[in-house]
Amino acid sequence: MTDTVYGPVTDWATDFDHGAPEYNNNIHQIWDDLKAAGCPIAHTERYGGVWLPLTHDLVKEIAYDPTHFSSLTPVVQQLKPSEVLKEDPEALGAPIGPVPPISSDPPFHADARRILLPAFSPKMIDPWRTEVEEICNKLIDDMGDVNMIDAAVQYTQHIPVLVVAQMVGLPLADADRFRGWVDMVLGGIGAERTEERMAQFIAMDEYLTKHIEDHIENPRDDLTTYLLNSEIFGEKLSPRHVFGTILLLIIAGIDTTWSGIGSSLWHLASNAVDRRRLVENPQMIPAAVEEFLRAYAPVTMARMVTEDMEFHGVQMKKEDRVLLPFPAANRDENQFANPAEVVIDREENRHAAFGLGIHRCIGSNLARLEMNVAIEVFLKRFPDFELDTTEQVTWSTGQVRGPRNLPFRINARA
Amino acid sequence: MRVHVDPSKCQGHNRCYALAPELFDVDDLGNAFELNDGVVPAALEDKARLALANCPEFAITIEE
Repeated sequence: MTDTVYGPVTDWATDFDHGAPEYNNNIHQIWDDLKAAGCPIAHTERYGGVWLPLTHDLVKEIAYDPTHFSSLTPVVQQLKPSEVLKEDPEALGAPIGPVPPISSDPPFHADARRILLPAFSPKMIDPWRTEVEEICNKLIDDMGDVNMIDAAVQYTQHIPVLVVAQMVGLPLADADRFRGWVDMVLGGIGAERTEERMAQFIAMDEYLTKHIEDHIENPRDDLTTYLLNSEIFGEKLSPRHVFGTILLLIIAGIDTTWSGIGSSLWHLASNAVDRRRLVENPQMIPAAVEEFLRAYAPVTMARMVTEDMEFHGVQMKKEDRVLLPFPAANRDENQFANPAEVVIDREENRHAAFGLGIHRCIGSNLARLEMNVAIEVFLKRFPDFELDTTEQVTWSTGQVRGPRNLPFRINARA
Repeated sequence: MRVHVDPSKCQGHNRCYALAPELFDVDDLGNAFELNDGVVPAALEDKARLALANCPEFAITIEE
């Protein structure tokens, strides 16, 4: 286990580190301990000062208040927004932000979001089902006739990237590179800002810039061309805006769903009763997916405080960041009965895995489709599998949480 | 029974449409609205309650 640049955590209430491997490895214990100690909002001086509210009420209140809590920095990394602007004066500041519309605030946000919404509506996403089924079945075909597999490396990590690449019009052959960037941007928030790391960021910028330029010259039937032709306030989107949105679709569309599928399969590999119920009753899968989303919600978002203010007894300062741990909100006993228990046929389930308020995950319909199909196909092809407990499961670091390896023993195949 | 989606609260999670497509539909942006002026046939009352219990934004109300 490696520390971040800030060193080992001394106290999770006053010195937490959401980029430390220890955080995602022990996340439920850490939240439970904080709440038991009467600490609904933890704090750290790391990353320029960050708050971590833990209840559904607090998370919801912040998500519903874009005036005091700006979306400018969805990922809390080492540089504060003002420091980012100093390093890159061309970076988009509020209300647009570097990766619109996730980084945008009202009123700009609604217009930027409206451009993307139709492409991700249920009626546009449903037809992708066949494609996702084919991807999943092919990945399983490629595993061959072996008894031990790594379902993360051989299955979950490939599914979202292949879909996103097709939607955005990126070459599928570069899928490994995209995953590498996602890991760099999301997983490396606490890593040292070495020259090598910065060079990778530059390479990513150059790749995407070329991709966009190529689409300007050779328009295609994909989201990149769609964005290039889109207008906001009567003008074409700026190249920086298109770049930011493409980057957003790659970053937000890959790691998140991969983590969601992975956590679900991890649960089923560790819980034979739930696995059997879903194998015998595949019509229960959609409700089970919602419960996996609640119990193992992968994504924690973040906001930036817009002015000094008191918030439920704590003094927040302008430019402090606030994490929005939707996964913690999903385990609030005031909102969910037996929140620590995974109940795959839970009837009342207002989980916030895709966020709350105006920034509801725009890809939620696609993520749900991918999760449902990935689990459906996996259970159909492997009706009996279990976690190989001799090998440690590693969880991702940073604001997206999911298993990075899934050592499974396959006991039956169909 | 009548069901209603508050358009100022709905954020397009699409839970109601997925759980009770007989009672709800979604527009081109993915935002939900009730069908048939929100009138819920007796046989679908449980589905209406299920939709309400799964809306993360508490955008659905039921009048009985």
